[in-house]
Amino acid sequence: MRENLHRFFRAARGVGVHVSPAESIDAMRAVAQVGIADRAVLRDALLLTLAKSQDEKLALGDCFDLFFSQPEPRQERPESVDQDTSQEAEQAPSSGAASEADGGSPQQEQLGPLAQMLLSQDRNTIAAAIASASGAASLSDIRYSTQRGIFSSRILEAMGLQRLRDDLDELTATNPALAERLRAALDALREAVRDTVSQGLALYAREEAENLRNEILRNAPLARIERRQVAEMRALIRQIARRLRERYSKPRKRQRRGHLDVRRTLRRNAAWGGVPFLTAWKRKHRDRPKIVALCDVSGSVAQVSDFFLLLIHSLHEVVDDVRSFAFSSHLIEVSEILESKSPEEAMSEIMSKVGFGSSDYGSSLVDFEKEFMSTLTPQTTVIVLGDARSNNLDPRADILRRISERSKRLVWLNPEGRLAWGFGDSEMPRYATFCSVVRQCATAQQLERAVSDIVAPYQ
Amino acid sequence: MADQKASTSIEAVESGLAAQGYIASRQIATAVYLSQQIEKPILVEGPAGVGKTELAKAIAAWRGMKMIRLQCYEGLDEAKALYEWKYAKQLLYTQILKDKLGEVLGGAQTLHAALDQLHDFGDVFFSKEFVEPRPLLQALEQPGGCVLLIDEIDKSDAEFESLLLEILSDFQVTIPELGTVSAITPPTVILTSNSERDLGDALKRRCLHLHIGFPEQRLEERIVESRVPGISQTLRRQMVGFIHEIRSLDLKKLPSVSETIDWARVLVLLQAAELDTEIVKDTLNVLLKYEADIEAAAPQVTTFIARAARSNVFG
Repeated sequence: MRENLHRFFRAARGVGVHVSPAESIDAMRAVAQVGIADRAVLRDALLLTLAKSQDEKLALGDCFDLFFSQPEPRQERPESVDQDTSQEAEQAPSSGAASEADGGSPQQEQLGPLAQMLLSQDRNTIAAAIASASGAASLSDIRYSTQRGIFSSRILEAMGLQRLRDDLDELTATNPALAERLRAALDALREAVRDTVSQGLALYAREEAENLRNEILRNAPLARIERRQVAEMRALIRQIARRLRERYSKPRKRQRRGHLDVRRTLRRNAAWGGVPFLTAWKRKHRDRPKIVALCDVSGSVAQVSDFFLLLIHSLHEVVDDVRSFAFSSHLIEVSEILESKSPEEAMSEIMSKVGFGSSDYGSSLVDFEKEFMSTLTPQTTVIVLGDARSNNLDPRADILRRISERSKRLVWLNPEGRLAWGFGDSEMPRYATFCSVVRQCATAQQLERAVSDIVAPYQ
Repeated sequence: MADQKASTSIEAVESGLAAQGYIASRQIATAVYLSQQIEKPILVEGPAGVGKTELAKAIAAWRGMKMIRLQCYEGLDEAKALYEWKYAKQLLYTQILKDKLGEVLGGAQTLHAALDQLHDFGDVFFSKEFVEPRPLLQALEQPGGCVLLIDEIDKSDAEFESLLLEILSDFQVTIPELGTVSAITPPTVILTSNSERDLGDALKRRCLHLHIGFPEQRLEERIVESRVPGISQTLRRQMVGFIHEIRSLDLKKLPSVSETIDWARVLVLLQAAELDTEIVKDTLNVLLKYEADIEAAAPQVTTFIARAARSNVFG
């Protein structure tokens, strides 16, 4: 049982539940207490000790069901063997070979252990043999779907397939009916093993496969992402948001040791006649970031803006106040749309309002200065996301200068590579002089780094 | 055999809690049983009003132990949670003992000798007598064990969590001047959280994690039955069915078990025989705590009552 539990812990890690050695010890102790007879109680006990959040509970519950449902397909399999063989058995007397069946038993004893096991049709023994063989073939190391074949053959090898083949060859010559039965049983066994391996793949390889896919996705250019990947990318962005939240939402107050807060100290010690038993120290209160985001939603930049807005607006715990503006030829505020609607709806509404225009940075900046300049405070970080391609219209870099003067920082994120800046109608070099930071931001990874750099200075 | 013992003990927990008026689901009972067996705290999460705090009270009442409660809030520190020196008493005693000090030191010839004599008394003022035990220390000092409820841990600061780690894993606290105080009998520790913020992994690792959601219809009916005995079976079914319909709405705050019980009491007081639109609309403010929620639910009331009544007939 301990072996099984260890394999379950590995499977649990596979579905993303963080199981530390200490937790696995606790789980072991819990299982020792409740026993393994009642599956519902076992499940509860494991969920209690291993899963640490509601999401983890769901994932682990599914994993538990998958893991412990293993014996069942195996039980079905020998049943089909049963049917096959019983058909054979029915056919056998009709072909008048009853004597052969009697004479088969001494012959059976000469066969290898696997053949005997298959012919005896003892489901439990077969299931146990498959389990121990998969242990010997270290099935829990399976990582990729391409390894399925090799693991199947390894398991069969461990069960003694070689000997079975020899037996088969021998039998075909001496006892064709028995050989036929054995062959059918072998086919059934193959299928059972294949199922076991598929299950192993589902249990143990999920983490690896997901990591690989995420790694590829993280480095894929956001602007040229395929439609079917958009949903996956959204999930990835949510993951990034969670990570950023965990990293930056905690310490906002920091004690400044050494600076006595005289007023609070006196007040706190009033009960002891002003003798300062308890000291109070000055605290430095840190502002949460205030962000104003201006996002180009024209053409190829739109997709990047979409993901960027999604990320910024899911950072409630970290960021105090976000106001977002979208523009192509003119500029509107979109904060409310993004707060109240689902990402898909919000984006399509924004696109119908301002998208599909040729981008005009100059007049969009004019719009911003006219209506929203007052939103900027010395604590605000302004983020502009766009390719700075203004179709040779007046870039109005002077407005950008005023924005930069009014705010704490001005960050420009450009989905285009550095090489393209300044070529064609790109106004990037002219804008760049007024920006505190200019970064390329084309992939999810760069997006994460950019946002992380924006939030970090407030800590 | 061990298995059988376990399942009967889990049932014993269930019936024990039920005797105190707390109807526990199987999962809750398993958690309580396990926490007792492997001596681990339980971290209970779930929406407000599903009976997280009640669970601790029920356990205490069932086992006949004292319950010590520590309510967490922002700015809670070790002086309020763990222990504090009785400064005033220390000060008073030094004043009173000033004269005695002269007598004690009278025999000393040199400064060194006086100091040596003083060192013998040095720790007098930092001894057990001058420690004011706060809930956590109190819990460790109970000879018969106790139930320690650390309520709404998510409201406290992240630093306070680290303070708890020692007490949660080893049932001991370290007071620098006195040394380590271990629990006489390990207390049963229940932590509750409304998931207002994510708790640290270190804290979660030390606990059994129990999530209490809204109960199933049957279970909720049993809860109402045990808490409001005066209510008729038909009304009970109807109102629980109605509340389950309400929970399917997209509301700011869904009614939880405590609201169900309150509503049941109100309906009994109003001597309602069964639900009708009039009475539900009049008492909707017991269930829903936001004006916007009431407005959202009000137009649906008739449909919900009809549906609850129908499920009542077939259920």
